[in-house]
Formats: sequence, structure tokens, C-alpha cells
Amino acid sequence: MATSRAVLSLSKALKPVRLGNTVKVFGTALSTQREKSTYTGKSIPPPARYGGRHTVTLIPGDGIGPELLNHVRELFRFSCVPVDFEVVNVNSSLTNEDDINNAITAIRRNGVALKGNIETNHTLPPSHKSRNNLLRTSLDLYANVMHCQSLPGVQTRHKNIDIIIIRENTEGEYSSLEHESVPGVVESLKIITRNNSLRIAEYAFKLAREKGRRRVTAVHKANIMKLGDGLFLQCCKEVAAGYPDIAFDSMIVDNTTMQLVSKPHQFDVMVMPNLYGNVVSNVCAGLVGGPGLVPGANYGNDYAVFETATRNTGKSIAGRNIANPTAMLLASCLMLDHLKLHEYASMIRNAIFTTMNETQLHTADIGGQGTTSEVVQSVMRNIKSSGPLTAEL
Amino acid sequence: MMAAALRRNLVSLAKGLTGAAIKPLCVRSLSLSTNQNASDTPPARADSTFKVTMVPGDGVGPELMMAVKEVFKGADVPVEFEEFHLSEVQNMASEEKLDQVLTSMKNNKVAIKGKIHTPMEYKGELASYEMRLRRKLDLFANVVHVNSLPGYSTRHNNLDLVIIREQTEGEYSSLEHESVTGVVECLKIITREKSRRIAKFAFDYATKKGRSKVTAVHKANIMKLGDGLFLQSCAEVAELYPKIKYENIIIDNCCMQLVQNPYQFDVLVMPNLYGNIIDNLAAGLVGGAGVVPGESYSAEYAVFETGARHPFAQAVGRNIANPTAMLLSAANMLRHLNLEYHSNMVSEAVKKVIKQGKVRTRDLGGYSTTGDFVRAVVANLRHRPVC
Repeated sequence: MATSRAVLSLSKALKPVRLGNTVKVFGTALSTQREKSTYTGKSIPPPARYGGRHTVTLIPGDGIGPELLNHVRELFRFSCVPVDFEVVNVNSSLTNEDDINNAITAIRRNGVALKGNIETNHTLPPSHKSRNNLLRTSLDLYANVMHCQSLPGVQTRHKNIDIIIIRENTEGEYSSLEHESVPGVVESLKIITRNNSLRIAEYAFKLAREKGRRRVTAVHKANIMKLGDGLFLQCCKEVAAGYPDIAFDSMIVDNTTMQLVSKPHQFDVMVMPNLYGNVVSNVCAGLVGGPGLVPGANYGNDYAVFETATRNTGKSIAGRNIANPTAMLLASCLMLDHLKLHEYASMIRNAIFTTMNETQLHTADIGGQGTTSEVVQSVMRNIKSSGPLTAEL
Repeated sequence: MMAAALRRNLVSLAKGLTGAAIKPLCVRSLSLSTNQNASDTPPARADSTFKVTMVPGDGVGPELMMAVKEVFKGADVPVEFEEFHLSEVQNMASEEKLDQVLTSMKNNKVAIKGKIHTPMEYKGELASYEMRLRRKLDLFANVVHVNSLPGYSTRHNNLDLVIIREQTEGEYSSLEHESVTGVVECLKIITREKSRRIAKFAFDYATKKGRSKVTAVHKANIMKLGDGLFLQSCAEVAELYPKIKYENIIIDNCCMQLVQNPYQFDVLVMPNLYGNIIDNLAAGLVGGAGVVPGESYSAEYAVFETGARHPFAQAVGRNIANPTAMLLSAANMLRHLNLEYHSNMVSEAVKKVIKQGKVRTRDLGGYSTTGDFVRAVVANLRHRPVC
């Protein structure tokens, strides 16, 4: 029995060879057997992870990006984190897109990136698209997630803020579709699609459930943009129906910003289209202490890119050793969490919070007198004093 | 004995001193932050110890492991070994033993290993323990970095090439049967998934190590479908790496080119059996099985071993085995564990001893014993300057 089956499969295997010329037509398939295994389209290769070590794309960007990312590298080396960085520089002053395409390919092969913001020159012609935006749309990083949390060691007007903001990252006002139809009249197209709206709403509710949150607020302007934002709101409602355990409400964007600065504690999880997300996330970052404190993450189905939440270049304070490294260091912890290196992530995160809240070593932006490297050194000291990493490596 | 005790004292003294001098060390390390690979960067987190699984295997394996332990002791390396003696020929292999090794590996993620000898005769089990361990851990990629040792001259000097071999499928499928009496079919399995995976590994390795070319080795002119699929997968993956040159070469020609002009190659990637042959051939180019380190990877685990895997049973107990390969492999393991400083210390000491040429084992034309060599390496370990 076994013998006959073996012979049978042998003759089957030989069939395509007999049909001849298989090398040339390889992949286009001849026999039924080959057709089944024919390679269709681009599949996503596995991320670069071997022997438990990960390779991550590092895009230093402009302004304070390079110095902050050097601190991250040093901290990772010091903490024995099993991550190797592939550094890809993107020169923002060049008009061709080779650099950014290189960076995108690098993320495609590694799956994960940590990046500083890349400067966008406003004076260049409209064909020159924002490198950051290009990267997010090419990799379809549709969800921008930022978690605004008050740090007890930082003096702010409002205490105990804990808001998660989820922003649609690929369409809306950032469609890069603008034209001058008649001289003196410019139309910018804001695109809202059903697919992308459902996708981001689904993401928001899923995250809310995972994190044990109770309420999701959709931010919109459907009273003016009845069709566009109306569609977004409609999609959020549809998805909310599938999550009876999580309350859903909606708020108009102008009111939202006012409520945020007066009564921020009413918000839990917020979901919104692209531009509102941009505005609201900056307001929230301001509430908890500024751009130097809050990390951000961009997730797609296959890739993830981590950066500071407010995506500032910080050109004015670049190279002066005064930038607050907290946001970038916390972003690197988010990255470690994404790579499932949770022990390392919490080790570094705890050391950062200790520096912030107990040592009270602060940089100038939050009223302290410490320098960037002093903060990083303090974090390292805290890691060291927390004792050996006893978790199973 | 006295000397050893004294040295240990010195080591602990040095450790104590650096402990007190944390601050200046940190300052220095920060100023070096742009220069990640400087060999003088201080060790990271000196307080943590790493556990590593050790499988000495057969033949000279246990002797080589002794060498590794001795050198690690001398270099004050923060690594602890969990030893497991797994051997088919000494009747020390069982499912239980294999499970113990696997459990240990699941915790430690990293292992150092000698060759587990496989008897040639067939006793009802087609897959050897070596193969089963490899499959259970899914160690799909084997890397052998063939690098000439300065000071030991061979026909080709300054060789530097990397051989990457798929080692979970292909000819090593353990699928053989006698369909008709007198006719045996051995199945060679090539799958797209595994071919793409090994190709991506090769390109990722090339990217990480700053290499410029990857060459796929195949026999697609004869095995049009099997090796053809491997070749096609490599070409597809290559598209993701526009900065790395991609070429292919047929296995027989590759062998000839390797002995004639090996300098044309950079990174080579190939299916299982070809890899086995090329590994050994290339090791022969730079001095034989005793000098070339190797390593195997899965997504999760890393196993460090010698590049050409031979038990070298005829040398057992004669104190003549060359520990160079295993020591260099151990140094690579330290780098994998983020212990860059200790890694450099060990590999530099080994290379220094070879370069000096005074202490050489028999396979390199010397008269020294394994013990002599290990002592020479320990004597050459450069300790961290106390600042």
C-alpha cells in the first residue's frame, strides 16, 4: 500500500518535468499540482529575529533625533537588550525619494523601526511630500496610538490624567491631494473611507477592551462635514455595537479641545480622523508636561514604527544637550513591548519613572536643571541599582 | 595552583574597584556613544550573569568544553553553564535526556555544543539525535564564518567568507524508503517557506555585518523544481535588499571556484547538503576543522558549535585537539549575549596566541597540547584597565 502510494506521488512529481521547459515557465504553473503552490504576489517576510535577537531599523531623523537615539542605543547596550539596530539615514534636504525609499524597504525587512522626526521643508514645491507621511502611508501604518499619562514628579495644572488617543494615520486631510482648479482657488481633498474608518474604530475598541478601559469617544466635525465626518462617525457607531461592554459617545472637535483643557478627566479612550488627532494629541501632550514626555506608536497590520508622540524635530535645541530624552526612551520601551521583550521594557521604564519622580532629575523644559545626558546616566544608575535581571532570559 | 589563586584575587580586586568607579565609567561610555563597536566600551551590567546550556557531545567535545570553561574562568566571564551529556554512541541518549536539554534551552535560549556522534548503521531510527535536537529547536540557519587566522599561513590567506546553510530540510529530511526491493528513494524536500526564510536570514546577516554580496549555491540545472524553487525564493527575497548584490552559482562550479579563487565570494547561502560540503571545504582552506567556529539559529534560539562538526574521536584523551574553533565560537556566543567586552577579550587572546606561533597544536604543525594552548590563551587575556 505504502509502496504504491510512493510510486504514485513520484509519477505525479515527475509530470511537470515531462511537460517540458519548466525552468522558463517556472511559477506560471503547468500541472494542477504546481498551480496549487504557485507563488502569488508579495507575501510579508518574517521579521529579522534570530537566536532571540531582533534587528530594528533606526532612523535618526533631524534636530534632536540623532542625539536622543544615540542615548537609546547606549542605554540598550548597557541594559543588555537583545536588539541590534540597522541605522538608515534620511537626508531631508534632498529632493529625490531614494533615501526615504531605502528607509521604507529597511522597515519592510525588519518589521519594526524607531525613528526621530524628519524635517519637512515647506518652501519646496508641492511634489515634495513629507517624508514622515510617505513612510506612514507606504507601510500602511493606520493607527497612531499615544497614551497621555501624568507623571507624579512633573508639575502640571491637571493631575492624574490618563487618556489614550487613537488617530487614523493614513487618510483624511493628509491625502496629499491638492490642486488649483481655477487660479486663486485651491482645493485640498480630505478623504474619508468606510474601510479605513471601520478599521481604526475596530482598533480603538479592541485596544480599549485589552486595556480594560470603559469608554471610547469619537471626535469629529460631522455638523459641518456631514458626509465625510458623518461617515467616520457612522462607522464608529457600527463598530461600537459589537462592543456592548464599552460605552461609546462622540464629541465635536472644537468642544473637545475646550473640554480637554478644562475637564480632561472625563476622557478615557479617544478615536478620531487624522488632523483632529494631530491637534488633540498636541493638546494632551501639553496637559501632561509637553512634547518631551509622551511616546507615540504607529501600528499597521505588518509593521510598527515608534517615535515621540508629538513628532517634533526640536531643531532649536538640537546639539545643546538640553532636550528631554523621556519621550524617546519611553518610545523605545513601547518598541520593546511590541517585540515581546517585556522584562527589558519594564526594567527601563521603571528606571525612567524613578528618575522622574524620585530622583526628580528634570531637564529645562519641565523646570529642571539637568542635561539630557545627566538624565540618561541617572536612568542607567537606576537600572544598575535595581539589581540583576533575574527573569529568564 | 598558587598562580591561579593569585590571579583570581586580582580579578576580584579589579571587579571591586570598577564597582566603586561607576561614575567615571559612565561618563566615558556616554562620550563614546556614537562609536558603538569600540572594543574598549566597558562591560554592560556587570552585575548580571547569563545561563547557557552546554552539551559537550562526543569525541573531543568534552575536552573542548573544558578549554572554554577554563578560558571563561580566566577572563572572569559572567556566564554559568548547565551541562547535559547527550551521546548516542556512549548509550547516554534517551528521550528524557533530550527533553532535559530542550527545557534548559527554553529557559536559556543559548547553548554551546560539541558534535553528537551518529553511528552509521541503521537501527530503526532514521533521524539522529543531532537532527532531532535541531528540528525540535527549529535551528534552521547554520552560519560558518571562514576567516584566515593571521600568523598561520595556508595556501589562501586573508580569506573572509560566510557560509549560510539551511539545515532542517533538503536531503536531511530522514525520509527514505525501499519502494521496490533493491530500489531506495531518499526524499529531498525543498519548501518555499523555508527557502525564503534562509534567504532572508542570509541577507539580514549580510546587512548586519556590512557585507556587500550574497551568492546562492544550487543545482537547479538538474533539480529544476527543487533547487529551482530555492533559487526563485532567494531572488524574491533579494528584492528587499537593493544595496546588496545578489548572484547565484552552481554547486560544482562553486567548489572549484572556492579552491581556485575563494576571494570572489562574500556570503554564500545554500540548501542543506551543499552547505555541509562547502562548510568542510572552506574550513579546509583556512586550517581545518579545529579553527573555524560555527553557529546555528532559530528565531528563538542560538547554538554555538564548531564550523565543521566532527567528533574527532581518534583524538580523545590524547590532549591534542585544537580548541581554537570552540573558543572563537564561545567568543561569538558572548557577543550574542551582549558581552562585547568579554567577547573581544577571548577572541583577541586566541588570535594573539596563534599569531605568536609559539604554541600550536598538532593540526597546525606544532607540538603543543590542548592544555598548553589553553594556558597560553589564558595568559594572554587582557584585563580591563583599572581607572
